[in-house]
Amino acid sequence: MSSHSFWYASSPTISKPLANVEDSRLKTWLIGIAGWLIALIVFFPIFWIAITAFKTEQGAYSPDLIFKPTLESFREVFARSNYKAYLLNSIYVSLGSTLLCFLIAIPAAYRMAFFPTPKTAGTLVWMMSTKMMPAVGVLLPVYLLFRTAGLLDSVWGLIFIYTLLNLPIAVWMTFTYFCEVPGAILEAARVDGASLMGELRDVLAPMSLPGISSTALLLIILSWNEAFWSINLTSAKAAPLTVFIASYSSPEGLFWAKLSAASLLAVAPIMVMGWLSQKQLVSGLTFGAVK
Amino acid sequence: MSVEIQTPSGEVKTTHPAADLPPAVEEADSTLPFLQWPAVGSLFLWMIVPLGMTIYFSFIRYNLMNPELTGFAKADNFKYLWEDPAFFPAILNTVILLGSVLVITVVVGVLLAVLYDHRFFGRNVATLLVIAPFFVMPTVSALVWKNMILHPVYGLIALALHSVGLPAIDWFGDHPMFSVILIVSWEWMPFAFLILFTSIKSLDLEQQEAASIDGATGMQMFFRITLPHLSRAIGVVVMIETIFLLSIFAEIYTTTSGGPGTATTNLAYLVYSLGLQQFDIGIASAGGLLAVILANVVAFFLVRLLSNNLKAAR
Amino acid sequence: MIKRLLPIAFLTGCLLSASSAFAQKTVTIAAVNNPQMIELKKLSSKFETENPDIKLNWVIVEENVLRQRVTTDLTTGSGQFDLVFIGIYEAPIFAKRGFLKEISNLPAAFDVDDVFKSLRDGASYQGKLYAMPFYGESCMTMYRKDLFDAKGLTMADKPTYEDIKKAADTLTDKSKGMYGITLRGKPGWGENMAFIDALAISMGCTWFDMQWKATLDTPEWRKTLNYYVDIMKKDGPPGATTNGFNENLTLFASGKAAIWIDSTAGAGTLFDKSQSQVADKVAFAQAPVGVAPNGGNWLWSWDFAIPKASKNPDAAQKFAAWACSKEYIKMVADDTGWATVPPGTRKSLYDNEAYTKVAPFAKVTLAAMAAADPNNPTVKPVPYTGLQYVGIPEFQSIGTTVGQNIAGVLAGSSTVEQALKASEAAANRAVKQGGYQK
Repeated sequence: MSSHSFWYASSPTISKPLANVEDSRLKTWLIGIAGWLIALIVFFPIFWIAITAFKTEQGAYSPDLIFKPTLESFREVFARSNYKAYLLNSIYVSLGSTLLCFLIAIPAAYRMAFFPTPKTAGTLVWMMSTKMMPAVGVLLPVYLLFRTAGLLDSVWGLIFIYTLLNLPIAVWMTFTYFCEVPGAILEAARVDGASLMGELRDVLAPMSLPGISSTALLLIILSWNEAFWSINLTSAKAAPLTVFIASYSSPEGLFWAKLSAASLLAVAPIMVMGWLSQKQLVSGLTFGAVK
Repeated sequence: MSVEIQTPSGEVKTTHPAADLPPAVEEADSTLPFLQWPAVGSLFLWMIVPLGMTIYFSFIRYNLMNPELTGFAKADNFKYLWEDPAFFPAILNTVILLGSVLVITVVVGVLLAVLYDHRFFGRNVATLLVIAPFFVMPTVSALVWKNMILHPVYGLIALALHSVGLPAIDWFGDHPMFSVILIVSWEWMPFAFLILFTSIKSLDLEQQEAASIDGATGMQMFFRITLPHLSRAIGVVVMIETIFLLSIFAEIYTTTSGGPGTATTNLAYLVYSLGLQQFDIGIASAGGLLAVILANVVAFFLVRLLSNNLKAAR
Repeated sequence: MIKRLLPIAFLTGCLLSASSAFAQKTVTIAAVNNPQMIELKKLSSKFETENPDIKLNWVIVEENVLRQRVTTDLTTGSGQFDLVFIGIYEAPIFAKRGFLKEISNLPAAFDVDDVFKSLRDGASYQGKLYAMPFYGESCMTMYRKDLFDAKGLTMADKPTYEDIKKAADTLTDKSKGMYGITLRGKPGWGENMAFIDALAISMGCTWFDMQWKATLDTPEWRKTLNYYVDIMKKDGPPGATTNGFNENLTLFASGKAAIWIDSTAGAGTLFDKSQSQVADKVAFAQAPVGVAPNGGNWLWSWDFAIPKASKNPDAAQKFAAWACSKEYIKMVADDTGWATVPPGTRKSLYDNEAYTKVAPFAKVTLAAMAAADPNNPTVKPVPYTGLQYVGIPEFQSIGTTVGQNIAGVLAGSSTVEQALKASEAAANRAVKQGGYQK
């Protein structure tokens, strides 16, 4: 058995790399400058959105860094669209689909991780392959199904779609986290007479909670930014922030400041949340294999 | 009762030790399959219903704008697609885009991860800045790059070139594929960096120490220890990025509309332009089916590649 | 205690029953994100105040997404929308398929005869009206008076394409970021092809002959494309292959271009000081001509139509009639000035001195709208209608493919000959597939 297989977590190691110990002062400075330079270049487009959002439409064309900040564009965006409604839909849909996703994924992952059959690996790969269906090719079938089921322009409809889109990732990641739980602990619980539910609740849940919460974060980001289905399947009641952005994406005349303000409003909530939980995200994104 | 299973990466591994625990297995035997059913069942329905309808549509004449066209189309939809002059460029472009972005994001991600493995002033803040593009909606990033940065008249790059007396570069006209790759790489590099950065943090201290006692140079250490250590994380990056990159659409749609000519038309965009612009559902479905097949071919090679890569690493 | 609560309960009960008796009808509107629509949405609260029983829901998206949403909704009969915004190209196609409700019983005050006949004809099928024009547009030449004066140039009322070329050559100063001309280059049947069609018609081109055989690989089309590519390479801005109507409007509004030949609908924005840096420097002339006397014109309108599956067709029509009325035009004038009212639909607007005085483009627009005749678009006889489009469903794909090929020429990745050959093959393929060509 290989403890370094692709599916398994590596054993915990000392997290402080050797390099830090031996860095000379000059080297630290050079590395710091390089690191910051790259960070600023990568972040620059986002910085530019943020800056432009506070300019006037007339001023948005000049590359000036010094200007009189104004909330004009934000005022106009708030006057034009009901930001709160879009924001709430985005929150409902991302949280709802993530919850539903886990409701389905956790039992499946439990079964696959602790009681695998020869078919388990194949099932996992098959699940992942459903994610490769191109959305543009199946829009009409899904649209027709939604019409028949009365799910067009409903928050539930979007929740269903996102659940299905994210389910393979959720199952796969949860599976990997469950694989990390040492068998001996579960055994001990069973010897103590724990039931299946008790085992799930008292042993498995606390141990894999960090992994599950980081998976949740990834799923929320993916649902938040999904634009194709949300734009095509909602109209007024259930429209999330991607639809809000779509109404600013190519207006006529001078529009950069308004677009920037709208973009900032659409991106800011998820980015702040991502930053706050960066640590969880990191261990989640890596399938726990590289923490 | 240790069962060997074949993972997608081609490895044979034994099942988790937990599977050897007899009491729970007996108790739960009857309920166990049910645990998996909701996930398998819903994904099966999700796959089979739209896919079944897509297969059906791909063999009939079905144009939303022209309901008089009906009936069995034989292989006409596929033939029409095959004969489209954009078809082969589209497949090629899909592969080029996928390959380039994978290489760029992984290489840059690895280098950045190595750089950020060193301590420096304000590293945590700098890390946040580097991962930020991952949170931006694809449409927004495409719009910002197109209008504010690469635009040859008032883009920042053009303004910078102008100020030193150089002519502006028409990025989307003269280097369309490069520009699209640049934007997509910008979006996905943070993802690669994030995974590789965390992976590199778990690099074994003792291994490094042993190597440096043996007199290994920085370069040697990188190739002998760091890179092999990162290979599993690279595998994760490649797998997830591939799934999303095969169907890249919003960035192309917003910036070049697949042009000029067919320079940036990928399969997803071709299906869109054939199917959703003239609303020929038959052709769109045929294109959708082909995209599914292409995705599976790529996935097949990917899984092989990954498994070889992983074996070599150990 | 209970006594104190009773009145509250009573009140609540009253309110509840009142609100249920006052059941609001919801009208969901699918619209495009342009300034006219944004203004309509802003002013629509007045309509809601006047009609408390009607609640408006707006879905505002960009043009391509709108087209995709509306077409899927109409063709599948989903009834997501009660009122949709469609172009003059789609109106008869949708009407023919029975996707739209006929517009009838318009109030006398609407004065339907005041709407330009060409637009009414365009929105009708078999003599019945299926859509209400909200604004109309044709093509004209917009230019920078200050730059023309500085170089001692003049613009004729009705310039020729040769005049345009000469002026553009003189005015181009790339080192200063001034481009003599900007034209649409972004591929798409409604983008670069709208202008190229107008240019092509004035050069004597057609899309198909009477047997529906494509006529793209012809000397006329070669001449058209050579003119277009020459002037764009010499005098146009870099990055032209990504410039559509919006991008060009932005270029011109920010003072980077001297001449722009495009939709009359852009004039209002250019003339609006809050949205344009050249508001006091822009002047207008008619669309240039080539060999065809009225060739350079086009005719387009954005219309409101009611889907068959609409849940509240009466409320929808009530709002559409309000939005397309004379009173609405007056309302916009009071709000943001006469120059920004929805243009090009009503004769009475062009008789109104308050408008013609502040909108110097009014005369040009009126002349262009009058000259455009979509039923006889070309010099040679053709089996189709439409000026900057061919009025068949397949045109969306033909136009987009040809537009892609032309953008390829503009980017320098293929030649005019190659592009036209490929375009002709594509056009033939599409009409064959659609069953036009026998």
